Amino acid sequence: MSRKRGRWLGIYSYLLLGYLLVPIIGMVFFSFNDVLAGRPQISFQWNGATLRWYRELTQVVGLPQSFWLSIRLAVASTIIATMIGTLLALALVRYEGKKFKGRRIVDQTLFMNIAAPEIVMGASLLGMFASYHIARGFTTLLLSHAVFSIAYVTVTVRARLQGFDRHLEEASGDLGAKPLTTFRLVTLPMIMPGVLAGAMMAFALSLDDFVVSNFVSGTTLPFPVWVYGATRMGVPPQVFVFGTIIFLLGAAGAIGSLVMSRRGMKRS
Amino acid sequence: MSVSQLVTSVRLEHMVKTFGDVRAVDDVSLEIHDGEFLSLLGPSGCGKTTTLRMLGGFEEPTSGTIYFGDVNVTDLPPYRRDVNTVFQSYALFPHLSVADNIAFGLRRKGISKAAARLRVDEMLSLVDLEGRGDRKPNQLSGGQQQRVALARALVNQPKLLLLDEPMSALDAKLRKTMQLELKRIQSQVGITFLYVTHDQEEAMTMSDRIVVMNRGRIEGLGSPRDVYEQPTTEFVATFLGASNLLAGTLEPGSGDIAITTHAYGTFRSPAERTPQGLTGAVKVGVRPEKIQIQPQGATVNSADNSLTGRVLVSTFTGVGNQYVVAAPHGEEFVVYAQNSGQTYVPRSGEEVLLTWPVEHTFVVQASGDPSPEGEPS
Repeated sequence: MSRKRGRWLGIYSYLLLGYLLVPIIGMVFFSFNDVLAGRPQISFQWNGATLRWYRELTQVVGLPQSFWLSIRLAVASTIIATMIGTLLALALVRYEGKKFKGRRIVDQTLFMNIAAPEIVMGASLLGMFASYHIARGFTTLLLSHAVFSIAYVTVTVRARLQGFDRHLEEASGDLGAKPLTTFRLVTLPMIMPGVLAGAMMAFALSLDDFVVSNFVSGTTLPFPVWVYGATRMGVPPQVFVFGTIIFLLGAAGAIGSLVMSRRGMKRS
Repeated sequence: MSVSQLVTSVRLEHMVKTFGDVRAVDDVSLEIHDGEFLSLLGPSGCGKTTTLRMLGGFEEPTSGTIYFGDVNVTDLPPYRRDVNTVFQSYALFPHLSVADNIAFGLRRKGISKAAARLRVDEMLSLVDLEGRGDRKPNQLSGGQQQRVALARALVNQPKLLLLDEPMSALDAKLRKTMQLELKRIQSQVGITFLYVTHDQEEAMTMSDRIVVMNRGRIEGLGSPRDVYEQPTTEFVATFLGASNLLAGTLEPGSGDIAITTHAYGTFRSPAERTPQGLTGAVKVGVRPEKIQIQPQGATVNSADNSLTGRVLVSTFTGVGNQYVVAAPHGEEFVVYAQNSGQTYVPRSGEEVLLTWPVEHTFVVQASGDPSPEGEPS
């Protein structure tokens, strides 16, 4: 009986994995699809394998630039959001009452930030930038991405902090470490898994954001916004190649962190 | 041990700590002698841990002053105090090896890695953990972790070592071993230990002096023997060991103090065993093992106090017999007789005579509150 149930569980798992992976596999597969005639654009009719789109990766005007912009944007907004989000999580967990009067309001705002529809956030950000006469471009994109990522980092780090033994920090101070040293040597290493998870989430959120970016990008087009614009004229096959690259980078990161944590577990 | 020199190393003056409306520590003054093993003993919530945390600098006193030697350290943060702490949860850094945990304090003082390594190895052998330096704390047993916590604190050679119920996570057998171990280490390093515990036996076994705390105040202070034999308050009498107590009134007079109880006539207690300033309602007491149990009608020595009663419960415990004896007006006396060949072993229901020497009788001020919070263990 249990063996039978085990087999069904296995089949179910593979079906689910397949369901999740089919679009990605399709994308990788069709990134090798040749185009026979006319203006190169993606199609789902198999015309034979080619490496042409990998060779001509940078030949489409605007596409490599938008890809590179997205990467820079993701890195910069991740750094900002991780720093602010981590400190915010520390403040929310550690201080209340007189030391942190607006604690409840900040907490509510974070929740609203996550719950609010992206289109509302995009529209309101656009309205704000317009009324302050801030030209749309990299700066507005960076500010917007950092803003919607902060809440996610904070929530992740806060979960990690909840089980934190405060005596560890007291012990550090007791042994002669000043508060900043304690943060560097004890607090930060202890919450690092949470910080890294938050950072990865911020990176992914920024890289594939379309709605907010579409409002605040102006003529500086991040990758998703560029692709959306291209659909009107026909999407060049190189988009699949860039998609494949992003997927491989993500997969490498995931495997890397898995190996690291395995090794960490073995050591301890 | 250099207790006999009685050099004051730490002095607390009128320490008060309030949390909201609660006075966790209520006007505590105390002198800790250089090199002594001092225990803060009391039930949970008596303010002993708060007192320790104020000494460590983790809690800001509401009022009062702390001196290390002649230096006022009241406002110094933990990292500027010459004190180290063994926490109840040990608080070992889980991401650092045992050796790095122990070296943490030395490295903060700017001692080089190599020099620290030498000191760490010394400490590891002091606490019997040679060769375990490369392990992570969670690879060690509870008892080993506790010794790492001790080594991590001791390696800094602090003026004062604070220990916050460090044995509470250990099982009874290991606790016994660790008590002796701790006492050995303390006499070896000669550092002043302040040990917080709710376990009276633990406090008795290890301490040079015991401070009994209740409701934020010090109720008794002295060597384990003095505190046990001459309890200063009703709380001390019942929390530290067991006591049989009868309510009474103090009679004026010279020589031995006389206490008239409401129902059993007059008992006497030596004047030198009576706390100063007793007035009015008092309680007269005796420890269970000081009472002799005899058949009713036996002759009473004139130097003894006596009482008749009926045995309610008679229990054989191996090392002795324990009786619960009901006095005529209902008070229950616990009597403990050593199993050393006594012939008279009354059964329950039997009428008996209880006698005890005047010199083992003590008097304490009756406290308004009928029973102390927390069970004596």
